[in-house]
Amino acid sequence: MRSHLLALHRNRLAATALVAIALAVVAALAAPWLPLSDPDTVDTANRLKPPGTPGHPLGTDEFGRDLVSRLVWGARVSLLAGVGTAAAAMVMGVSLGLLAGYYGAWVETLIMRLTDILMAFPFILLAIAIVAGLGPGLRNAMIAIAIVGFPIYARLVRGVVLTVREREFVEAARALGSPDRLILARHVVPHLLSPVVVAFSLDVGAKILTTAGLSFLGLGTQPPTADWGSMLATGRQFVILSPHVVLLPGFAIFVTVLALNLVGDAVRDILDPRTRTA
Amino acid sequence: MGRFLARRLLHLGPVLLGVSVIVFLVLHLAPGDPAEVMLGANANKEDLERLRVQLGLDQPLYVQYLTWIGHVARGDLGRSLWMKRPVLGEVLERFKATLLLTGTALFLSTVGGIALGIASATRANSLLDRLSAVASLFGASMPTFWLGIVLMVVFSLWLGWLPASGMYAPYGGGGLRDLLAHLILPAVTLAAASVTIIARLTRATMLETLGQDYVRTARAKGLGDRPVVWRHALKNALIPIVTVVGVQAGYLLGGAVLTETVFAWPGVGTLVVQGILARDVPLVQGGVLVIALSFVLVNLAVDTLYAWLDPRIKFQ
Repeated sequence: MRSHLLALHRNRLAATALVAIALAVVAALAAPWLPLSDPDTVDTANRLKPPGTPGHPLGTDEFGRDLVSRLVWGARVSLLAGVGTAAAAMVMGVSLGLLAGYYGAWVETLIMRLTDILMAFPFILLAIAIVAGLGPGLRNAMIAIAIVGFPIYARLVRGVVLTVREREFVEAARALGSPDRLILARHVVPHLLSPVVVAFSLDVGAKILTTAGLSFLGLGTQPPTADWGSMLATGRQFVILSPHVVLLPGFAIFVTVLALNLVGDAVRDILDPRTRTA
Repeated sequence: MGRFLARRLLHLGPVLLGVSVIVFLVLHLAPGDPAEVMLGANANKEDLERLRVQLGLDQPLYVQYLTWIGHVARGDLGRSLWMKRPVLGEVLERFKATLLLTGTALFLSTVGGIALGIASATRANSLLDRLSAVASLFGASMPTFWLGIVLMVVFSLWLGWLPASGMYAPYGGGGLRDLLAHLILPAVTLAAASVTIIARLTRATMLETLGQDYVRTARAKGLGDRPVVWRHALKNALIPIVTVVGVQAGYLLGGAVLTETVFAWPGVGTLVVQGILARDVPLVQGGVLVIALSFVLVNLAVDTLYAWLDPRIKFQ
């Protein structure tokens, strides 16, 4: 653990990114207690004010709502969506991958054919189709993205389990009469930790992008809730006169995902030195 | 090669079946009555009943699927509830635009990515190599739709060099020049992330191949840089590159939905999104099915290309 922290400290860029993410998370969590104006209060007299306006350091949107406040409140939705969908996809994928890899036979065939079929779709299209079935909204968009995201984890985990399952210590545990549950928990799962953590840390950013994409299409967060993707979508009509309403939420997504990817790369370098980036 | 292809085509059957089941089931996920979802909460009972019978919703689910897939097999994707026209014609018309956009983006990202990757590999750790590494990080972190809007603001609104939306100018357009002018921004937007991914992978595989013994032998024979890189190294580095290009083709087909929406490009993506917002199930089903099928075919093409590039694969 200590050596990991040391490695992160040596990678300045990743450490800076980690600080940026921590700040975003703290701001998002503390939003209700921060001295911000209400993100949904309409003030038509002050609509589309440019950044630098007194009282609105980043300006206002098409309804005169304060952009600092909407960006901070939007961070709650975007970060929650990114972490939540990646975590849900991971839990589903790891469970199914474990079952497929450990039990083999028809369980494996069934699960792996399902992942094959889900992966036969371009992922954003499948997410869109699932939202079409469930109905637009943030919760449904998150469900859709989690469903579309689990096959990657399932394949990864199955691959690792297939190799671990044949190792002597698993054989020994089985010969000693350990039940499957114990073998999985004590001897197989620890081997999954590092590849799954690496995949997860690189996945959160991608999931934020996908959620923002669905919100941009009008299929995710619904107005008036502040969310970076939907802020971009509604601001688009005013881009000619007030580019800041589109540039700011897009920049927020970009910086957050960039920071998450930098940290993800560093985590991969630490936990899996074989794939160290040149 | 013939037997290899036959085997791959045989594998295609279950995948196509699975894809069709998913497309069918997904749109029947909604808790409650699809007819009510389509007509809205205020619809009267007779209209609901008529739509249920018209769509076959009064039948058991498997009968609905079999009826639907039977129609699909005969090229009948149903009628759009919103446009009151057959879905197939509408989707195919829009599919041409999607194909043009994704095809151009795939061409740009493949050619650009391989060229950039080779340049980075032959000059590892140079300024170009470092810039390409930064670009790949940016490419993976930037929302495509935001990049599209930024490019549109800069090149259409501020500089006025390129048109901002659509496929042809509303008046006096229609020629090849007009089409190309409209195509540039969406294609570049869509290709941006893929270029960097293909470039990084090409760099990595090229560095590996350039370190092989046969490359050293070729150099020792006195061959110049160009034939060594292009004829000896690149051909053997192509397999992983083809894989990633195949994956990117799927990504581009899906990502086209967002790019099409930004630039009001008249493709299947915008059609599907409009269909969802208009609660037009047959239209959404048709659009998703056509894109998913084309992705399956792209994967088949990639597999065939492998076998051609590396004859060992045929016999596995």
